[in-house]
Amino acid sequence: MGRSLGPVVFGQLPTYTKLMQTNEEEIYQEHILDHYEDPFHSGHLPDATHIHEENNPLCGDVVRIELKLGDDGAIEDGYFTGKGCVISQASASMLLEEMVGKTVDDIKDFSADKMLELYGPRLTPNRQKCCLLSWKVLQSAVHAPYQ
Amino acid sequence: MSLSTADDLSILPESWRADFPILAGRANSGQPLIYLDNAASTQRPVPVIDALRHLDENDYANVHRGIHTLSERSTEQYEQAREKVRRFINARHAHEIIFTSGTTASINTVARSWGDANVRAEDEILVTTMEHHSNLVPWQQLVARTGATIRHIPITDDGLLILEALDALLTDRTKLLAVASVSNVLGTVNPIPEIISRARTVGAKVLVDAAQSVPHMPTDVLAWDADFVAFSGHKMVGPSGIGVLYGKEGLLDAMPPFLGGGSMINRVYADRFTLAELPAKFEAGTPPIGPAIGLGAAVDYLEGIGLKKIHAHEKSLIRYACAQLCEIEGLSMLGPSPEQRTGLVSFTLSRPHAHDIAQLLDRDGIAVRAGHHCAQPLHDRFGVTASTRASFYLYNTPKEVDALVESIGTVQARFRPSGRKRRPRRHS
Repeated sequence: MGRSLGPVVFGQLPTYTKLMQTNEEEIYQEHILDHYEDPFHSGHLPDATHIHEENNPLCGDVVRIELKLGDDGAIEDGYFTGKGCVISQASASMLLEEMVGKTVDDIKDFSADKMLELYGPRLTPNRQKCCLLSWKVLQSAVHAPYQ
Repeated sequence: MSLSTADDLSILPESWRADFPILAGRANSGQPLIYLDNAASTQRPVPVIDALRHLDENDYANVHRGIHTLSERSTEQYEQAREKVRRFINARHAHEIIFTSGTTASINTVARSWGDANVRAEDEILVTTMEHHSNLVPWQQLVARTGATIRHIPITDDGLLILEALDALLTDRTKLLAVASVSNVLGTVNPIPEIISRARTVGAKVLVDAAQSVPHMPTDVLAWDADFVAFSGHKMVGPSGIGVLYGKEGLLDAMPPFLGGGSMINRVYADRFTLAELPAKFEAGTPPIGPAIGLGAAVDYLEGIGLKKIHAHEKSLIRYACAQLCEIEGLSMLGPSPEQRTGLVSFTLSRPHAHDIAQLLDRDGIAVRAGHHCAQPLHDRFGVTASTRASFYLYNTPKEVDALVESIGTVQARFRPSGRKRRPRRHS
């Protein structure tokens, strides 16, 4: 496996260039299983100001993110709900844990590459889509005011 | 656990496996390959591989065109393949066998050609809840063009068609009933002859999506009295890129062509054309020559073993598999009892998700399908987003079933809730 395809996702072409060869054991590292079983802010946010939900057509995984944004662009709070594989759900938890308390600009600066880095284990292109679902939902959520 | 004596006798000898070179290989993980994704696509035996190689090395040219020797040889083999398929499904005429690129293309041909010519806004198309997207979306597209309505034959919690609902759904508005002979997710074997005879009472035409039955059990389209039957070569040890549309001669004759171009014409003038006869009318352009000839070789191969034997083998495997899988706590199988299904089983675990299961089974060398298997409305019906599917064919063994069951147990144990907690947040 000399050639890396990098992530093939969502019309963006991040430059994450690790080898495709993936050891399955690594995908399910202990801290990922921790997030899967004991997720950060799993649930709904009654006073959400921004909400977005998407699914992955390949597998039907769903992630919904509810945010409370301050007037200054601060991510005051955020919760997620979803259905899907360990990667899609654990990555949603990891992403919210990382982003709550930061700002909208921080989210915009948080690239797909950074999301894959945050997750940790190398993923094949198809599983990268699982990992990037919540990232994509979060990027859209900050532009999706909830009426 | 061991097989019952009766099932043991119906298991095919492992010597057939030697015909499939890929099965001697290893999975990406280095484990011996256990290929249980046959409902998606099957592997090819040496006679099929050799037929393609022989064609390419000796006889290949375009069909139905050249005067030269190679073209004549290719044409002869291509038409022989059509005759083999005719015999295989017991059609009356070879020209009722249309070669397409696959089941999807076959069904779309009927929807575009027969559908556009015959379906009006007041008409209804009847499908079932268990259809593959390829036997649903073309009809959704048809009703979008025509204003007609789709209605669904519901299924039970066990994944069986509710035939009692059929008589109420069949009315003089029902133009077409499109149904799978076997569900690609549930394995349910639908009672096609009964469904067709009921459809006849209102004059509806019937299309059978036979992609999951033709490879696994004897097919008799005349006994079914089906109007249209669609299936694919790559699910029956043939190549990908070849499929079949069977249609009754009278229906095919009356249908307008779907694709226009070479082969489908009799004479072309600057401003018009006249049509070729069947089957060329529906085979515009250069057809999949090699894949069609490969499909002919696949038919020979399957007939050499015998479809009844293949079916009995798979029945034994599925009984054996279901008996073990139902012992796994937290595992839910979709679909009916083994007696009412073919050799495939889709299941969910309470944890983890189907994709994680498939990923970890792959580590053990086991290839299964995970996801919605192109049947999202069916998964909606059962309130799940995805399932894991193991599907058997003539080369699978009871030992492989054992390996599957063992591997599932390991996966499940690994994801069993353990009371683990997130660690303190990482800061960069």
